[in-house]
Amino acid sequence: MVEKKHKLLEVKGLTMDFGGLRAVDSVTLEVYEGDIAALIGPNGAGKTTFFNCITGIYNPTKGDILLHPKGLKTRRLNGLKPNKVTEMGLARTFQNIRLFPDMTVLENVMIGRHCRTNAGIFKAIVRSKSVRDEEQQIVASSYSLLEKVGLADFANEFSKNLPYGAQRRLEIARAMATDPFLLLLDEPAAGMNPQETSDLEKLICKISTEEGIAILLIEHDMKLVMNISNSIVVMEYGKKIAEGAPQEIKDNPKVIEAYLGEETDA
Amino acid sequence: MLQNLKQSLIVSVWFVFLTFPLMVVRVNTMNQEVIWRWMNMVWVAIGSFILSYLWRYMLARQQVRKKVTDEGGEIRSKTQLLLEDMSFRYKAMGVILLAALVFPLVFDTYQSTIMISALIYVVLGLGLNISVGLAGLLDLGYVAFFGVGAYSYALLNHHFDLGFWISLPIGGILGCLFGIILGFPILRLRGDYLAIVTLGFGMIFKVVMENWDSLSFGPSGIANIDKPSFFGMDLNLANSTIYIYYIMIAMVIFTILVTNRLKNSRIGRAWIAMREDEIACVAMGIDIARTKLSAYALGAFWAGMVGVLFASKTTFINPASFTFMESAIILSIVVLGGMGSILGVIIGAFFLILLPEYMRAFSEYRMLAFGAAMVLMMIFRPQGIISNLRQTYQYKGLKDKTNNG
Repeated sequence: MVEKKHKLLEVKGLTMDFGGLRAVDSVTLEVYEGDIAALIGPNGAGKTTFFNCITGIYNPTKGDILLHPKGLKTRRLNGLKPNKVTEMGLARTFQNIRLFPDMTVLENVMIGRHCRTNAGIFKAIVRSKSVRDEEQQIVASSYSLLEKVGLADFANEFSKNLPYGAQRRLEIARAMATDPFLLLLDEPAAGMNPQETSDLEKLICKISTEEGIAILLIEHDMKLVMNISNSIVVMEYGKKIAEGAPQEIKDNPKVIEAYLGEETDA
Repeated sequence: MLQNLKQSLIVSVWFVFLTFPLMVVRVNTMNQEVIWRWMNMVWVAIGSFILSYLWRYMLARQQVRKKVTDEGGEIRSKTQLLLEDMSFRYKAMGVILLAALVFPLVFDTYQSTIMISALIYVVLGLGLNISVGLAGLLDLGYVAFFGVGAYSYALLNHHFDLGFWISLPIGGILGCLFGIILGFPILRLRGDYLAIVTLGFGMIFKVVMENWDSLSFGPSGIANIDKPSFFGMDLNLANSTIYIYYIMIAMVIFTILVTNRLKNSRIGRAWIAMREDEIACVAMGIDIARTKLSAYALGAFWAGMVGVLFASKTTFINPASFTFMESAIILSIVVLGGMGSILGVIIGAFFLILLPEYMRAFSEYRMLAFGAAMVLMMIFRPQGIISNLRQTYQYKGLKDKTNNG
């Protein structure tokens, strides 16, 4: 590991209870600048719950979620509304695609720009010069994001008409439109064919290197995870069972047990 | 095709069988004889056959269309293509505006009065379209905001002699305030629950107005409300009707302008996104509370304003004008016209208000026809008369790269 990297996200002892069920049990996780971190684990391990806690959809029972934006003071995210979390620079995508189906592809991305712009109701009615300029800028920046993910040709299509893989990429573009410094991807490769997955792999690497956005992803596709991530956290039954570089994780007996079951003497 | 014919034939035979005792056999008890009306049977057979076949044909067409759109294709009807043609749009708008302007000069007071009430519903529909069509917040008590506007003018006029033009914005702002008051408790509600609370709100308004005698004069209402003054002059009935008609036209244009701009603005996009997926919307950094409240407030604003005009037009208001039925009609206008579509709502309003006026001869069957129209609409055109046109954005820098951008 390279020393002296800036720590962006720090989760300490995060616990989430649903009634008597402990979905996430004191998980600690750190994401550094330039990281592509992965969160893996069998189904029902609490990965998505963990994401939902960080992004403000759930309010965690215990623990601290600290965000250290570069050059700004540290913020504690516990109990903040999702829109506030996004405003702070932490965007996400969803496991089951959640686009706005009856809006065009471009409009979907434009929604992402909402929290970085500020035209109000009265300004929108009067439609002054500043508002028109802002609109132009929203369109321009959204368009260039679409180009980055390779969807510019579909800009004026309804997002529901896009093929599956393109919808996933659109979700990433929409999240990037909120100007995040940390992007949370919830199973971005789910349901993709090998070709789409390898495109996605390139896209994620591009976002990380060219845009300088750190990435934390949940993924079941081990090939993808091993290829692109530089640190992996493994969860099982709500607990963190391992953490480290891809190679360490591969050889970790606990991880193998979690995925393949305990070795027994026959 | 053949299958459809066969099915329709079976249906018609079945109908003939079912209606046989009612339509064919008639017993004249005076002369103690049975009259066989065989012609009726033929009519029932032909009628039910044609209706059944038409029904099946439409359903089949619907299926084909659905299949095409499911496969990513798109069917664009002629009207849709026509509407996307800008030069046609401007020409049509010019013609309609001209027709609207000369209307009261050509037709008599009765016609103008009917037209005024239709225009009132156009504004109400456009207002409700903001909360229901764009923001996706079902509102079954919308008429309460209309009532707030009407009562605010009636009371201000009665107690303080305030004129129409001062009351107009006051009514709008009061409507807005009530929209926010209703908005706060229902921020967390969705779907059915939202519908019930808004329904309750509409009911509460009516009950309060009926019983709070010291404020609203109860069921007897408030009479002798001033008509809008024309630079201090009092107009006779015919002229004041024309005057109100023109005020209404101006108001409709103003509403169309504002709602159209809102629809294609940052706020409007947030409303639509909220309608589409609330969780994704909030995760994209949109403040749901603020967006919901603004949708309710702006929707209620128009109802409040047009309520003031309603009070001044009828010069008498009582709680009976603000029943649930009115809310239901306004909602039907929005749903029938096409949610979120401004043109659709306007057409829907004219359709639902003017048709019953001109078909007074059939007024007994009004609700029957109304219900049947709704059912047919939901089956064959659930998106409304005019489905929402999508906003396309042009980006200059990329025009040469993409042929459609």
